[in-house]
Amino acid sequence: MKILVCITHVPDTTAKISFTDDNTKFNSDGVQYIIGPYDDYALARAVELKEASGGTVTVLNVGTSETEPTIRKALAIGADDAIRIDAEPTDSYFVAEQIANHAKDAGYDLIMMGRESIDFNGGMVHGMVGELLGLPAISPVMKLDIEGQTAKLAREIEGGKEYLELDLPFIAGCQEPIAEWKIPNMRGIMSARSKKLEVLAPSDASEAVKLQQYELPPAKGDVKMIDADNVGELVKLLKNEAKVI
Amino acid sequence: MDFGLNENQEMIAQMVRDFGAKEITPHRDQWDEEQHFPIDVMKKLGGLGLMGVLVPQEYGGSGFGYEEYVTAILELAKVDPSIGLSMAAHNSLCTGHILQFANDEQKKRWLPKLATAEWIGAWGLTEPNTGSDAGNMKTTAVQDGDYWVINGAKNWITHGKSGDVAVVIVRTGETGDSHGMTAFVVERGTEGFKGGRKENKLGMRLSETAEMIFEDCRVHKDNMLGNVGEGFIQSMKVLDGGRISIAALSLGIAEGAYEAALAYSKERHQFNQPISSFQGIAFKLADMATELEGAKLLTFQAADLKNKGKSVNKESAMAKYYASEVAVKNSVEAVQIFGGYGYTKDYPVEKYYRDSKLCTIGEGTSEIQKLVISRAILKE
Repeated sequence: MKILVCITHVPDTTAKISFTDDNTKFNSDGVQYIIGPYDDYALARAVELKEASGGTVTVLNVGTSETEPTIRKALAIGADDAIRIDAEPTDSYFVAEQIANHAKDAGYDLIMMGRESIDFNGGMVHGMVGELLGLPAISPVMKLDIEGQTAKLAREIEGGKEYLELDLPFIAGCQEPIAEWKIPNMRGIMSARSKKLEVLAPSDASEAVKLQQYELPPAKGDVKMIDADNVGELVKLLKNEAKVI
Repeated sequence: MDFGLNENQEMIAQMVRDFGAKEITPHRDQWDEEQHFPIDVMKKLGGLGLMGVLVPQEYGGSGFGYEEYVTAILELAKVDPSIGLSMAAHNSLCTGHILQFANDEQKKRWLPKLATAEWIGAWGLTEPNTGSDAGNMKTTAVQDGDYWVINGAKNWITHGKSGDVAVVIVRTGETGDSHGMTAFVVERGTEGFKGGRKENKLGMRLSETAEMIFEDCRVHKDNMLGNVGEGFIQSMKVLDGGRISIAALSLGIAEGAYEAALAYSKERHQFNQPISSFQGIAFKLADMATELEGAKLLTFQAADLKNKGKSVNKESAMAKYYASEVAVKNSVEAVQIFGGYGYTKDYPVEKYYRDSKLCTIGEGTSEIQKLVISRAILKE
């Protein structure tokens, strides 16, 4: 089975977020980057599927050369080879088109990615890739098993789960608990440098959305401590000040 | 000259942090309280390739160099210094001795098991009455045909009870003769070899420290490392590398204590301002950060020389001496910055404080390091 896992290169979840250039650019100074946590789940499950029934796992990232350490981490975790489409990812449509243009003739049996990135959290790329390739796209997938050419999966829906069955190929937007994150081992880290990382020029695609400006949420105010015996005061504040009741 | 971490080191650091957060941190305080040595964690470290960092891949190891090794110990020590100590002792002492001085057949016999942590390694030089004066050891080996018969005891041995295999240095010649000692590999289960008392320690409580006892223990001559009389000289060379491990361990403690104190000093308010705004605290942080950087430079310098196959006798002693003293100092200052909270087990600095002291004692005290350094510089 030939699996493509699309990964994002995103700020670490503990990174301090700030902006420059009149709040139009993300300030990446001192920021550690990681594989998107949802993409990491997709990658972990892809590696498990490969280990169970053979095949290959290719990772793909749309990004500049700065993303290569993140791509090599995916190789250290167990992907066989990697593709970087050399472009600044602008919006979801641009990224989806790059992925679809690469995947359309590459013969993947399964295309996996996180249900969303954790920087812009659009959650749209898997759906767009499905549309562009004319394939089903399902998200958020929390369980995925493959039997022959058939996939059995569980998807989270409001208040419960739905169980689905469909034929390969398709696009899966993944989330926990599809697999546990894999920690690369020393051998994986050593071998990551010798695995193939192909850099491809981007295909023609235009961004559909232009970013105007970022705005941080207002800083949190001080916490008011209310004595445990003074329920009346608590209710009054919740009603008049916080206006939540 | 590049002073930053390379990409492999960054990836190794992240790997160790992720592993520690999942497998060690949730249990650390309980294991510390109970003085429990978590062998299953050591086995999992083996699965990650951290128990044979320097062992070439042909012998089942990871095949990395000293820079990556230092990074791995440093990060592990930040999570828990005692697991860092066990990992360092396994890698640099038992495994390191075999890696440096065994013949190919012996390497094939023991290294794959050690590098994967199928077997945990121990290394015995010190005896109850010979710490710094190791050359005066009383444990003996007497030849009897194809066998050597070992009698005596070694103590302060990391993994002395739980180790599956030990490299032990014993007297085969005259007392006081540096060529009168020989190294043997003794496997657990060999008749006459047993673990003794486990020490109840101030710190490093997840790492097992115990006695090894030899009573008419017959070891085949094929288990001898190198030749008769080479054991002590080999040990000194093993310790030259081992000191880099303890320096790395010290860096982890010094950095962990510093980072905890830095974060706390910004959060803790007194007189309506963070305590980091008071010069008394800010200057402490400046000293901690500066000395930590100095210790790092010395340690990575020694690692670099070791990778290049150069002598590190003086440089590793300097790194170990300075970094271990900084570990103690930073953890003392961190407790001071935390104040009363730092004296409790609710915050991590109390543990760094207890764990740090081993670093100025184990694998050569600070005084012995100064002896090594002064002898080297006076000879130059």
